[in-house]
Amino acid sequence: MKRSQMLHTHTLAVLVENKAGVLARVAGLFARRGFNIESLAVAPTDDRFSRITIVVDAESAPLDQIKKQLDKLVNVVDIAELSPESAALREMLLVRMRVGDGEVPRVQELVAGFSGSVINVVGNQMMISLSSHPEDLDDLLSQLRPFGIEELQRTGAIAIPRIE
Amino acid sequence: MQMDGGQALLKALELEGVEVVFGYPGGAILPVYDSVLKAGLRHVLVRHEQGAGHMASGYAHATGKPGVVIVTSGPAATNIVTPLADAYLDSVPMVAITGQVPYGLIGTDAFQETDTTGITMSVTKHNYLVSDPNDIPQIVHEAFHIATHGRPGPVLIDLPKNFTDAMNPDSRMTWADPIAVDLPGFQPVLDGEPDDIQAAVALIMAAERPVIYAGGGILKSRAADELRALAERTNTPVVTTLMARGALPDSHELNLGMPGMHGNYTAVMAMQEADLLIALGSRFDDRVTGRLDGFAPDAKVIHVDIDAAELGKIRQPDVAIRGDAKRVVTAMLDEIGAAPTADHGAWRSRLSGWQENYPLAYEAAAPGGKLKPQMVLERLHALSPEDTIVASGVGQHQMWASQYWKFEHPYTWLNSGGLGTMGYSIPAAIGAKAGMPDRTVWAVDGDGCFQMTCQELITASVERIPIKVALLNNSFLGMVRQWQEMFYDNRYSEVDLGGPVPDYIKMSEAMGCVAIRCEDTDEVDSVIERANSINDRPVVVEFVTESEENVYPMVPGGKSNSDIVVPPFQKKETAR
Repeated sequence: MKRSQMLHTHTLAVLVENKAGVLARVAGLFARRGFNIESLAVAPTDDRFSRITIVVDAESAPLDQIKKQLDKLVNVVDIAELSPESAALREMLLVRMRVGDGEVPRVQELVAGFSGSVINVVGNQMMISLSSHPEDLDDLLSQLRPFGIEELQRTGAIAIPRIE
Repeated sequence: MQMDGGQALLKALELEGVEVVFGYPGGAILPVYDSVLKAGLRHVLVRHEQGAGHMASGYAHATGKPGVVIVTSGPAATNIVTPLADAYLDSVPMVAITGQVPYGLIGTDAFQETDTTGITMSVTKHNYLVSDPNDIPQIVHEAFHIATHGRPGPVLIDLPKNFTDAMNPDSRMTWADPIAVDLPGFQPVLDGEPDDIQAAVALIMAAERPVIYAGGGILKSRAADELRALAERTNTPVVTTLMARGALPDSHELNLGMPGMHGNYTAVMAMQEADLLIALGSRFDDRVTGRLDGFAPDAKVIHVDIDAAELGKIRQPDVAIRGDAKRVVTAMLDEIGAAPTADHGAWRSRLSGWQENYPLAYEAAAPGGKLKPQMVLERLHALSPEDTIVASGVGQHQMWASQYWKFEHPYTWLNSGGLGTMGYSIPAAIGAKAGMPDRTVWAVDGDGCFQMTCQELITASVERIPIKVALLNNSFLGMVRQWQEMFYDNRYSEVDLGGPVPDYIKMSEAMGCVAIRCEDTDEVDSVIERANSINDRPVVVEFVTESEENVYPMVPGGKSNSDIVVPPFQKKETAR
């Protein structure tokens, strides 16, 4: 996701009770209004609660309404909209590559420049991971692409408010 | 205490004080019905599950207690989707219990399996799929809590059969009394912020042309007395929406009546010309606002609602107060204290002028002509006890009932406002009568609506719930016909219900009702008096009415309220 796109996206951190069906209730509110969820990451924070990070592309006014509707869900405990300035934003990336002969060192160097890791190398195949700001993931991917990406998976962003 | 999940369900319902349930047995809920036999509550056996849902809704609205529905899985669960949606839009507290296929079979396309919690997710306030019979006491307690707290609404509990079937070891559970609900995500805010109350009162005291826009939330919060006190203390006229009819007596000098698409001229124009709208438990529905950019253009808005999602949803308020109407209005009155009351003399006299020039009116029937539905409703009101409960279906008859019945008490008017569910009236009336057996309950129905849910008259007969039905038979789907007349150049498409069938008299008699046909204006009073004197069985009075009568006034769809159309015989002044 490019910075220009980020201006139209909103990041919501939604604290929910960790109960069956909660994700469907939350996702359903977006789907019913035809909003596309860019990314969604969810995991428990403790035995009782989970935090969902939702990145959604939406106009601000309907999003306000969605936030209020989300808040009405019985299992939703708290909703925070995180601006790019106020949030620590992280995402993880796994990429499997098949690079040209002799290109492994160049790719290793590139990944090191992003503080990513090369998990392993088998012949011309490389497994790479990076955990960083989503824009860093975008940048790394665009530089890796010419070398030959076989498969990739991103986790979607997670976010919590920054330390002031 | 050891028991099965079915016994636990009934025990939990009794613990919530449930006296009446509306239901229909079937495969997946069958074991629960073994416990119904022994339970200390009344079960009303309906003829279609949709009827059970609307009965529960009517019961809830008339009594203030949550309505309860028990039905089976699959088609029964889908049959209550409409009443759930209806109750959701009109904020009616209801708890629906649906049977489900055994837990281990969920997702296998088992017989009569539907994804009930999935299907009802968007039409319930919350729903549960029980995964352990030991959870039943707490889930039932939570369901009633959620249904009745904050903005009321329907809650559904989906109950797999293996947890209720005494013959299945899965059903064994140990009863534990429910504990206080602990729902961190459900904490209704009841009191308004003091700063906002002050700001609202400042606007109220400064207003020259204020109008209180009272919605169904006034009734839900049981704030009719507070509404009246605020209106009288501040000398502010009140409009009562379709959902709020009866919140202030129609005979009260400050009550302008119903606003909206078929509201009366004064109520509609008062909102248009107001400099302040005090919205109390109302939600700026499109049927009230008309075209939004032309709605109340000069008005500042105070919006009070218990549901934060209503504030700013349609119209951005100048002061938004999240809170319970009763508490917020009480706080406003405290804040007003001994401040002098504005007399609003000029505003009030302008309103009286409109009331004089544009009263609700219709042309009397020509000699020997068919009955005028408005006249039937006026006579029905005049000849029935003052605290009669009226339930209406959806369409022209609903609008005429709201216009021409004069409501003097809260909780005497039941209708499907948000969803506009045809067929609502007969089952809703049965539910209301089941909860308020000493009250006269009239269902005002159209012929289209009647044919959708009239089978519940069998329920009324068999269960001895003697409601009365005023069937206004114009042989048309009247409201659709009116739109086709006014906006489709008289091209009537599929709206003619006329012809010799059904014979409503024979049909009603076959269902155990006393049935009377009335075609003559001179007979209207005696027929109504006869109907009101019968209390041992349901009565259906078929009033054969003028077939092409229109509802006036009318704000055409998509038009501004200022474009209100009055009846042809009332000439409209140029606005302003």
